Amino acid sequence: MSFDSNAFLIIFTGALIAISCGFLGVFMMLRKMSMTGDAISHAVLPGIVIGYFVSGSQRSLEVIIGAGLLGILATLMIDWLRKKARVQLDASIGITFTLLFAIGIILVNILAYKVDLDQECVLYGEIAYLPIDSWITQSGLNLGPRITWLAGLNFVFVSGFIYLLFKELVLTSFDENFSAVMGLPSKGINLALMSIVSYTTVSSFESVGAILVVALLVVPPATAFLWTKRLIPLLRLTAIMGVLIALFGYYLAYWIDSSIAGMMVTVAGFFFLVSAFIHSKKPSWLSGTSASTQPLELE
Amino acid sequence: MEDFVYFFTFQDPSIAWVVLGITLLGVGSAYVGTFSFLDKKALLGDAISHAVLPGICMGFVLAGEKNPVYIVTGAFLSGALATFMSSWLKRNTKLSEDTIIATILSVFFGFGIVLLTALQKSGNPEVAGLNSFIFGNAIGISESDLLLYGGLAMVIILVLTLALKEFRLMVFDPEFGQAIGFPMKAITFLFNVLMILAVVIGIQAIGVVLMAALLITPGAAARFWTDRLNPLLILAAMFSVVSGILGTYVSFVIPQMPTGPWVVVFLSAFALISFLVSPKSGIVFRFFARKRYLEKTHREHLLKALYKAKESKKPGLTIEEIYGLYPFHKRETLQSISSLQKLGFTTKDQPIIKLTSKGISEAMRVVRLHRLWELYLNESMNIAPDHVHDSAEQLEHLITPELEALLEQRLNYPSVDPHQETIPRENNELR
Repeated sequence: MSFDSNAFLIIFTGALIAISCGFLGVFMMLRKMSMTGDAISHAVLPGIVIGYFVSGSQRSLEVIIGAGLLGILATLMIDWLRKKARVQLDASIGITFTLLFAIGIILVNILAYKVDLDQECVLYGEIAYLPIDSWITQSGLNLGPRITWLAGLNFVFVSGFIYLLFKELVLTSFDENFSAVMGLPSKGINLALMSIVSYTTVSSFESVGAILVVALLVVPPATAFLWTKRLIPLLRLTAIMGVLIALFGYYLAYWIDSSIAGMMVTVAGFFFLVSAFIHSKKPSWLSGTSASTQPLELE
Repeated sequence: MEDFVYFFTFQDPSIAWVVLGITLLGVGSAYVGTFSFLDKKALLGDAISHAVLPGICMGFVLAGEKNPVYIVTGAFLSGALATFMSSWLKRNTKLSEDTIIATILSVFFGFGIVLLTALQKSGNPEVAGLNSFIFGNAIGISESDLLLYGGLAMVIILVLTLALKEFRLMVFDPEFGQAIGFPMKAITFLFNVLMILAVVIGIQAIGVVLMAALLITPGAAARFWTDRLNPLLILAAMFSVVSGILGTYVSFVIPQMPTGPWVVVFLSAFALISFLVSPKSGIVFRFFARKRYLEKTHREHLLKALYKAKESKKPGLTIEEIYGLYPFHKRETLQSISSLQKLGFTTKDQPIIKLTSKGISEAMRVVRLHRLWELYLNESMNIAPDHVHDSAEQLEHLITPELEALLEQRLNYPSVDPHQETIPRENNELR
């Protein structure tokens, strides 16, 4: 149990990723699209593999472009299945992401000799190796861990996106018809949100893994939503929770020697459960024989 | 090719066993999945399939080895906990259903990853086998595994077949079931148990991440071919069995390939083909049906225009006059003119297009329906005469002879419409 520069870097990076995901997750939740986030984070896998194969490197622009395209493709495919083929929404999400993810896994296996990308890395990520993987410029200057820079860049993008489009995002989330009447391109904003979710998924997949991005997209906003209904406190609580789960997640994982990303999610799940217990409807026997909270209405 | 013959003649008893297992698994999961699809609970299956991972690891820890009984029990219990928690959260918090499902799914899976990583670092050599639960490896199933998974699949199929009526009620009309005295809560509970079991039996062959597809996709694909429950179940089971066997074959031929992804790819291919080409609800069929309908309406509008020309004592219309009626639709108009001629409704007299006597009857029918409907709207629905044209313009193509007879009767065989135009009948002076 120590606090050195490695621990700080890992916690800092974890918190950055958790906050970026959480901010986007708040808007996904308000649009009742949590499962779409799940679908996107599965569906970017083939894009990542193809991008990797084309460029030969895990850190290239092609990977990000491939993943971004696949994320948008997944959104469009869900939409197409629902509107054109008239499949119900839950089934279209399920079909889309299982198909794209399966294709991704097959590609990983076919290209196993050419692409240094294993299933485990894609699924769970390994944030623990982050301090070893430094970004060194050609003149030999060590600028610190590459993934931290990526997470920071992503954080700047996400915050900038939300800051610039805050009004539009809020309006399209709460009242799509009204925003259409106002002349806002609600479909375009939706696609922009999906693209930035895909981008976040890619830039986080190395550290926390594609599947666990879902947890960071969904669980902190859901927990915050149990405490407040107002948007600004919702974002603030989500951010605080992002920092807390990174902190506790790191030390607990260190303690039992396990996956840091998995532990972050477990901690988030624990927070969620406690909040759910506090804010759930209480069973009737807890209130005893005290006066009924809903007085009888007399006509 | 040699591989193909070797595989599909089942010379190797272990292949025969695996195929039998995949068949049972496919039928069981497709049955349960179709019901959950119809019940709009498809994503719950996804949540359960991710949520069994911690249970698998716990079962492994308790048994100390890859003992299928422990693992299946562990998986079942953690799936049950996830199902219970999602319904508890739905009843007791204000969160929406998709948020709850995504939360349960990711938290359980994250916790499973924690356990799995901790196990992998413990250095037990047996742990390597646990990875096959994530993406599935049907070829790796041993005979004792098969007895367990196949047996459970048999139980699922048997229970669903015996209690088909009860589950049908649960999906289509639970209130009615309650009213006639069925214990709907117990039936829903039993169904949830079956759903968890269906996920559990698939984890070895398909893997936890993609098991959801085996529950969702067969039902969704089969739904395009039939509206009746029994054919739906049989078709869904067929899709899933065929994809299961094909997937197993691929992972038999290419040894390092996991089975799950290939099964899912074949299943999705069936589904996409169904979406495109199935009669009645397929996209291709709907596209052509719409095109045919648009052509028919355009033809009938043209007939009407020719009839109106006849009413104003003109012999017919020139092609230029017809083009003028439908600006920017030259191609469609040309097509309608030639198909009307082929049907024998019009003749071409140098530049002028005229109605034949068969054409007059057909045009009269359309105009009659148009004017009858205008009159009906005006008299019975109290809509002003200048507001009735647009509705009639659409309904004239749809009114059936039965409806026409009813309208005539209701309006007492009228002679003029709200615009004082004659409603044409067969003994009309224009003939």
